[in-house]
Amino acid sequence: MLRSGLYWTVLALAATACASRPQATPQTVPTPAGPAAHHHMPDLPATAGPGFTAADVRFMQHMIGHHAQAVQMAALAPTNGASEAVVRLAQKIDISQRDEIDMMKRWLRERRQAVPDEAHSHAMMMPGMLTTQQLAHLGAARGREFDRLFLNLMTRHHQGALQMVRELFRAPGAGQEPDIFRFATDVDADQRDELVVMERLLHALQD
Amino acid sequence: MRDRTHRAIATLALAGAVQLAFASPAAVFAQQQDTIATLNDRRVNLRAGTGNTAGIAARGMRLVSYTPKPAQLDSASGLAFINSDLAFRGTTVYQGNFSGFSIWNVANPARPVELSTVVCATDQADPSIYGNLLFISAESPRSRTDCGMQGVQDGKDRMRGVRIYDVSNPRAPRLIKNVQTCRGSHTHTIVPHPTDRGVIYLYVGGSSNVRDSAEVPELACSTGAVAENPNTAEYRVDIIRVPLRNPEQAAVAGYARIFQGLPRPAGRGGVSLGDTATGRWATGPSGCHDLTSYPAYHLVAGSCGSYGILLDARNPEKPVVLDAKSDLNFSLWHTAVFSNDAKRVVFTDEWGGGTAPRCRTTDPFRLGGNTVLTIDNGKMTQHGYFKMPAAQTNTENCVSHNGGLVPVPGRDIMVQGWYQGGVNVFDFTDPARPVEIAYFDRGPVNADTLVVGGSWGAYYWNGYIYSSELSRGLDILELVPSEQLSRNEIEAARLARMDEYNPQMQPRITWPAAFPVVRSYLDQLVRNRGLPAARTSAIASALTRAERTRGTTRRTQLNVLAAQLDRDARRAADAARVTAMAAAVRDLARATR
Repeated sequence: MLRSGLYWTVLALAATACASRPQATPQTVPTPAGPAAHHHMPDLPATAGPGFTAADVRFMQHMIGHHAQAVQMAALAPTNGASEAVVRLAQKIDISQRDEIDMMKRWLRERRQAVPDEAHSHAMMMPGMLTTQQLAHLGAARGREFDRLFLNLMTRHHQGALQMVRELFRAPGAGQEPDIFRFATDVDADQRDELVVMERLLHALQD
Repeated sequence: MRDRTHRAIATLALAGAVQLAFASPAAVFAQQQDTIATLNDRRVNLRAGTGNTAGIAARGMRLVSYTPKPAQLDSASGLAFINSDLAFRGTTVYQGNFSGFSIWNVANPARPVELSTVVCATDQADPSIYGNLLFISAESPRSRTDCGMQGVQDGKDRMRGVRIYDVSNPRAPRLIKNVQTCRGSHTHTIVPHPTDRGVIYLYVGGSSNVRDSAEVPELACSTGAVAENPNTAEYRVDIIRVPLRNPEQAAVAGYARIFQGLPRPAGRGGVSLGDTATGRWATGPSGCHDLTSYPAYHLVAGSCGSYGILLDARNPEKPVVLDAKSDLNFSLWHTAVFSNDAKRVVFTDEWGGGTAPRCRTTDPFRLGGNTVLTIDNGKMTQHGYFKMPAAQTNTENCVSHNGGLVPVPGRDIMVQGWYQGGVNVFDFTDPARPVEIAYFDRGPVNADTLVVGGSWGAYYWNGYIYSSELSRGLDILELVPSEQLSRNEIEAARLARMDEYNPQMQPRITWPAAFPVVRSYLDQLVRNRGLPAARTSAIASALTRAERTRGTTRRTQLNVLAAQLDRDARRAADAARVTAMAAAVRDLARATR
């Protein structure tokens, strides 16, 4: 608790300090945060318990942040002139990942583990997540350009989620607890499916 | 390090800005919505409760018995002890559980008797029965070769694949073989050899992670895209061969790469975007959630990620893709059920994996429900959607799940579990407009928080509907007559007896020559005005008269009626049904002694 309180103070100060920094030149071609961009805020405390490991707990904590950004991205679709197909996809991602955030929080609470709050969720930087610039860029895009950016960035975002699932199952003893096994496997299946949908939509854009 | 901190901070700052600008995304999406979930339904606002204490709403069916879980599996601990699927043989029901399975004697459906319960961490323990062999799917990394509940520390103790039990003594099931696979078995499907009665195959469903190759060296499990690693354990369906006389020799015989060459949008110059050369992932399904075999037609319908795939399984070791359909509305193709004539197939979409609430007034109609496709010469055409219409709460996991046919002659009817959305029965005779005709639903397990429960699957089996309740136990239900399902239709369904039934291996339904079968067609012609009222009442009288006679007299009367029906068919609004009825009358005449 103390650790996290201190952290937030430092963060708040730093945020003020960099507010006046000039914005990076907007890129015309997005460079999504690839698998290399795997860094995030200092972890919340995570401990093993009956049937689950600390890696399981961390997976849930991290995925909450990952999901929170997907929800944020999805929210842009209806207002930024996205095509009907992209709005539908965004709606599906919005509903799916909101519910999953609730489920992950429930899982952590039931096991007396630290649950990331809103701010903490948004400050994480997990695989495939957008940088500030990318998010700003997406927020500024409209119509067809929004569709193109959204599909590209969300594709990377989903690939990042698949990477997190792979890493979970590689961690010793992790992914065995039935709820987390089911959830991680479902994230993999659902997001793979959405990757195919996005591939199709991107493709339609190119014609 | 400094750079990392800076990025994290910047993201935080922007996150706030975006949130301000889009304070209420759910409200924005509401305009796009396309929901059918109604609050005007008796299933809404039912009292919450565990076991059989929750409020119940039912129409067109009634609860015959409720049986709680066996004590060994009666533990509320997330998903660890939830019930899964069912399989049927004679008066025996096999019920899976994430931590084992139970065998029930249901000779008296009002009072099922537990014959045995096996505790064995397995996840998800979908069962199939074939003679005296019970097959159980094991997918989870916690599943052990020795069935222990302590989890796996050394990968060599891990069992991911299909367990085979000898259940010739249902009171003492005997584990005879653990068939290991690279990704475990979420589900499995029996595909009998078309000519050799001594061999069956299991198509393994699931798309879980590939295990470490050191766990089972002989499987040589590896990962990656097919183009880069032709032996990858991903992007394939494993096929297990089971010699029935020596089931302990069951083993993986090979696999089918049915996802190669699925219809993809051709890019500029015909280059697929899934191509690794473009830097994009070769995505697409990495496995099937499950497959439904229909041996009478040598067909298999695979529900595989974003595709529904129709296979010709004449050679079970080398199934051939006949067609594949994708639908941007569908989230995850989950399960298929063929119509009895194999001219239609219902595919389900398990949006959210079954643990999430997806039947709220805010959830779209075309996601998390069913779609009906017609099959013509091996090609599928998509028609309407169907979703359980009663709005459910945030604490009820609800989405389309498992089911099977209700054997009513002349109609395509399916019964299905919707988790805490309950059990319902719908008619998909018109593939464009499926209609709900009966339901049974309880209130949430818990009113305040989502405790996963509800019907995993509901199946019609020799006169009753069996529903495996995830958290509560086993429900046995019975259809009762309504405007949409007559007494005769229910009686005809009861006459369609089966010896063995695995929901993923569809038996072809046949009806005996019987008056209720003929009268089912007649009731349907009255209901849909397929014949003028004067004719339907004359036919009803003719049937009553014939039933009062016997022997040659009855035979003669029935043959006269059949000839009249042939003439009726020429001018009937529903000629096909009249013709089917004439055939049923002739069957009855032939069967008359």
